[in-house]
Amino acid sequence: MEAMNLNDRFEDYIAADQKIEAKDWMPDEYRKTLIRQISQHAHSEIVGMLPEGNWITRAPSLKRKAILLAKVQDEAGHGLYLYSAAETLGVKRGDLVAALNEGRAKYSSIFNYPTLTWADMGAVGWLVDGAAIMNQVPLCKCSYGPYARAMVRVCKEESFHQRQGFQIMLNLCHGTDDQKAMAQDSLNRWWWPSLMMFGPNDESSTHGEQSMRWKIKRFSNDELRQRFVDMTVPQAELLGLTVPDADLQWNEKSGHYDFGAINWTEFFDVIAGNGPCNKERLEARNKAHNDGAWVREAAVAHAQKVKARHSNQTNAA
Amino acid sequence: MNQSSSDWPLWEVFVRSRQGLSHKHVGSLHAADAGMAISNARDVYTRRQEGVSIWVLPADAISASSPVDKDILFDPANDKVYRHASFYDLPDEVKNM
Repeated sequence: MEAMNLNDRFEDYIAADQKIEAKDWMPDEYRKTLIRQISQHAHSEIVGMLPEGNWITRAPSLKRKAILLAKVQDEAGHGLYLYSAAETLGVKRGDLVAALNEGRAKYSSIFNYPTLTWADMGAVGWLVDGAAIMNQVPLCKCSYGPYARAMVRVCKEESFHQRQGFQIMLNLCHGTDDQKAMAQDSLNRWWWPSLMMFGPNDESSTHGEQSMRWKIKRFSNDELRQRFVDMTVPQAELLGLTVPDADLQWNEKSGHYDFGAINWTEFFDVIAGNGPCNKERLEARNKAHNDGAWVREAAVAHAQKVKARHSNQTNAA
Repeated sequence: MNQSSSDWPLWEVFVRSRQGLSHKHVGSLHAADAGMAISNARDVYTRRQEGVSIWVLPADAISASSPVDKDILFDPANDKVYRHASFYDLPDEVKNM
């Protein structure tokens, strides 16, 4: 009876667009869904540092290097906001990180593709961060308070990421023929994986419907994907680049772009761990974690020493 | 010693966004001690002039009211309307009060 009342109250809260806070009662499934989604999101930010970290030492100018460093630092920050939000649900960050490092956790499939040229720094900012913004803006209104607040912070920073990426593309497209070709090649490789970032089609999305009911998600995968295509195609035209989709065309009737079929076999293959860089990404994460172990231990030892010294002094006095 | 990052205690972070405003909770982070918590909070929560002052507090030092007690704690305010200025009808001649 008591549990019924709590559940009713929870449903009322959701219906009234109220935020659920960390200490409020919530159904186990709601908690589990959030832990899964927020931690996957955090992992994506952390793994997302790797493809771009690849180009920091080879950025073409000091300005670009400083920008890229700031962007990668932001991704680290986003990961931390999100781990912090996940922890309010009663999980430990150490356990979440262990799940990632041991290959038990998922993260966005896009980060398993390699960044082969400098133009990829442009395409990643423009398309990958663009798609991320499309996904993340509605999450600012998510029913779980700590997640929604973390997303507000993330979204504020994300628009710099997309703009710097588009600017890289713009510069390349206004450059030599080789530079423009490099930009086109990059768009060719990142276009489809970016569309896959929105997840499976609505009819085959496992968690979609319940998440919409709980107002964790506000729009379906396909709705967001369509918005992204509608927004991005004119930007590609502005750059003078060709979107690598023979079926892409403006549909006067629907007021949207029609686009070709997505290769879902590739998507599920990458998710399952068989993308071009899955192994490399996990190795890099584990190496960073293990190489940093002595720093974490030293910091704890130092903190304990300072504390002991302090309490000795207090006792002596 | 076999410590991992999960052994670093959790700190709640509060940031004063501008001189004259109070500190506001922004999130949490892990750090070995208070000094490190402040440096990390600076990097995580104030990269774009979001603050002029930071407080950090061990998360387990915070006691919070329970959502279950919400009615008992906060409802009575509603029926004590005489606590609000608008409860008192005064003649129109009294202009600014």
